[in-house]
Amino acid sequence: MEKKIGCYICTGCGINEALNVKTLTATVAKEQKIPLVKNHAMLCSPEGVEMIRNDMTSEGVNTFLIAACSPRVHVETFRFGTPMIERVNLREFAVWGQPDAATDKDAKEDAQALGEDLLRFGCIRVKKMNNPEPFEDPGLSKTILVVGGGYSGMTAAKGAADAGYDVVLVEKAVELGGKVAKMHRLTPANPSLPGKDGLQETGAKALCLAVETHPRIKLYKNARVKQTVGAPGLFDVTIDQAGSDTVERIGSIVVATGYNLYDPNKLGHLGYGASPDVITAWDFEQMAREGRIVRKSDGLPAKRVAFVQCAGSRDKNHLEYCSSTCCTVSMKQALYVIDQYKNEASTCVIYQEIRTPGQLEDFYRKAQNEGVVFVKGDVKQVAANSGGGVKVQVADKLLRGDESMEVDLLVLATGMTPNIDTTDPNVSSNLNLSDEERAKTVLNLDYRQGASLPSLKWGFPDSHYICFPYETRRTGIYVAGPARRPMGAASSATDAMGAALKAIQAVESISRGAAVHPRAGDLSYPSFRKEGCTQCKRCTEECPFGAINEDDKGNPQFNPTRCRRCGTCMGACPQKIISFANYSVDMIGAMIKGCEVPPAEDEKPRILVLACENDAYPALDMAGINRQKLNPYIRVIPVRCLGSVNLVWIADAMSTGYDGVMLLGCRHGDDYQCHFVRGSALAEIRLSKVAETLSRLQLDSARVRLTEINIMDVDRLPGLLDDFVKEVTALGEQPYKPF
Amino acid sequence: MAYDLSFAKEVYKTSEVGYWIKMCMQCGVCAGSCPLGPHWEHSPRQLFQLVRAGKMEEVLKSDSMWMCTSCYNCIVRCPRGLPITHIVHGLARLAVEKGMADPKQPTRRFAVEVFWDNITSTGRVGEAGLTMKLYFIDGIGPGIQRGLEMKNQALGMLKTKRLNPIPFRSKIKGFAGFKAMLDKAFELEAKKESNA
Repeated sequence: MEKKIGCYICTGCGINEALNVKTLTATVAKEQKIPLVKNHAMLCSPEGVEMIRNDMTSEGVNTFLIAACSPRVHVETFRFGTPMIERVNLREFAVWGQPDAATDKDAKEDAQALGEDLLRFGCIRVKKMNNPEPFEDPGLSKTILVVGGGYSGMTAAKGAADAGYDVVLVEKAVELGGKVAKMHRLTPANPSLPGKDGLQETGAKALCLAVETHPRIKLYKNARVKQTVGAPGLFDVTIDQAGSDTVERIGSIVVATGYNLYDPNKLGHLGYGASPDVITAWDFEQMAREGRIVRKSDGLPAKRVAFVQCAGSRDKNHLEYCSSTCCTVSMKQALYVIDQYKNEASTCVIYQEIRTPGQLEDFYRKAQNEGVVFVKGDVKQVAANSGGGVKVQVADKLLRGDESMEVDLLVLATGMTPNIDTTDPNVSSNLNLSDEERAKTVLNLDYRQGASLPSLKWGFPDSHYICFPYETRRTGIYVAGPARRPMGAASSATDAMGAALKAIQAVESISRGAAVHPRAGDLSYPSFRKEGCTQCKRCTEECPFGAINEDDKGNPQFNPTRCRRCGTCMGACPQKIISFANYSVDMIGAMIKGCEVPPAEDEKPRILVLACENDAYPALDMAGINRQKLNPYIRVIPVRCLGSVNLVWIADAMSTGYDGVMLLGCRHGDDYQCHFVRGSALAEIRLSKVAETLSRLQLDSARVRLTEINIMDVDRLPGLLDDFVKEVTALGEQPYKPF
Repeated sequence: MAYDLSFAKEVYKTSEVGYWIKMCMQCGVCAGSCPLGPHWEHSPRQLFQLVRAGKMEEVLKSDSMWMCTSCYNCIVRCPRGLPITHIVHGLARLAVEKGMADPKQPTRRFAVEVFWDNITSTGRVGEAGLTMKLYFIDGIGPGIQRGLEMKNQALGMLKTKRLNPIPFRSKIKGFAGFKAMLDKAFELEAKKESNA
């Protein structure tokens, strides 16, 4: 289908007063040679939209350039059923973000130049844009694989199956249920509801039965995933059940492999091993389940029980993090003691800080009200008593001194470690795992970047926890429950449902050829010109999501359904052979060169701002909406992610005559905010290598800078831009300015 | 041995609103809110933890409970809603009952030897009589000395009609009813104690 571009310039919202629309129209029609240009006093009105729709039928317009307000507003108004649309943000950038044109003649001139450049960018973008063809494959499956048949796994499986999806559930044990099925009671899920603060039955039996009898759930018990080949929608998963292999075609995966408890043998300093009456919370749970809370040493009733919190948690020498559940577990177990021995019970929780998030604060109150005593302090010494039980010495922070107590049982509340294999993403992946090592992996992914999910910290799988929980760095694979982060049963159930919904969203989006997130609905995906490839492997190494495999010769093999469309591969490629239908090195390069840079003697610098679409661009936009003054010399080009910035664009900008280039993107590092995890970090690394090139061009490396910004930095942003413009102009004349 | 719960359980049961002590989460807002805080031997927070730790002597011999002026700052601010002022007064009373309160504690002497008689004999507080009795509690010499120290304040209060100079006040109207109320209260208390 031939492309027919229509450009529509809105003159409302002060655009007509601030800018010379006639000149703008001429820029599009004459200079950029897009003959169909129309103005409207209020493009977002029904009449304005009607005008565009009429052109669709009468003129055959199928590609739209809307020069009006921000692309973040009127999204629905200007939706014409095609991705072939570009919005030029005249209002926020060239009108509201500039001084009042009526009173300031210079400002008017600058705003006009800015408006024209923005339109040039838009024209070039639509001219270079192609309609993305969605990825299709006849073999796409919508079946969801759940790994792990514990509380989270069963909840996820049942949730997805109830929603009408076929589910394959793999459980390594002979029976379903996991750890929760072996527990006595659960802490209440909603203790703030009246009458709901008591301990709950686990409900594991009923859940197991529901899963086992569900017509949509295919169960593999006593089984494990031997290998996962392929990509979302097209996974071929080999399931090893008691030695015999079955291959299932899978759409997306929920990993709910739960947790392990920290090894108590490392807790000698808390008395583990000093007496049989020092036990773990898990052992205590089993005792309570059997209904016999007794001393291990002599079998006498254990009426005096102390619980030690943070046993091997929040401790540099053990687990550095808080497992968030131990406090409530100990309260629950103290209530077991009170339940069994009533008035004779004497329970005490030795803690650092009580952590009872959310409604669990009401459960804390419940435990206090039932008479559980809380002691803030450190266990200093534990010794076995000759007559059974133990003597505990505590450095009591509330009484400010050493205190000792005698108890029948000392229970260590140990923390959780994820029961999932992960790899440090900063260590290059070991592609030659031994069979033994492969057997230890949960999914054994056949990915270029390794068999395991990348970790963030402490072995938990990496994900963008703020914006996209459940997500891992492998598209279509979602982790739920304590395998993702330490959590209790109630949170795991919520988590499992969330992950199940993401898994469903993944198979549905993939069936339409669309990206899942963060570019939900994006139909484009990268393609590459194989003859240009030098097998440098940068794309396969740098893709944050392991989307690209390699063939025997080292050529990249794209897996479109693994891709999140960030363009990090495009930014990485030194040969510039990777591109999307509607986003390419050539397109942005042409836009950069399309800016009309005034000669040096005009003393009007030009600064190129490559702004991340996710946070930086909205922040710039909001500054405009708030009528904050944006420096008139900046030229903003939004990019999918700073990871997609190819260094050739810096060279393009310099040879065009821009005085400086600013990359505005998200924070990177351990507490990254980059929506594509590694994009901004990679941009920083690449940029650190550009200094040499710049000096070869007789340019100061201070002309190029990456600034981390988040969406809340609106007030800081205009000053930041002004400062950069000032610094760059102070460097003197840019030698590549046009004459 | 600390954290033997028998004393705590006794306090929860017998001391006035003592069961609330279980609910303290040791944040210390009470200690920070108390205008006399720095002068207490133990802050309310510490008193409560000492109760839970089973430190009976330390609690009941503390002079902290006697320092409370019932300003209610702590009650207003306690995030757990503990009626701290009342708990503290309850502990003071428990100390007296158990014979562990220091008989020379000034607040206690004021309450037991001066205030109670003054108010129950007439049904109202007679300021001049109350003040005199308090000043002369330790004999004539110290009484005159205290009186002279406070002379200017007393004259000022007289001038502004904030002090009734007549030391002996008549009984209130319906004194018999007031007496009956007190008797009933004593009866109820006695009953409570015999049940404990």
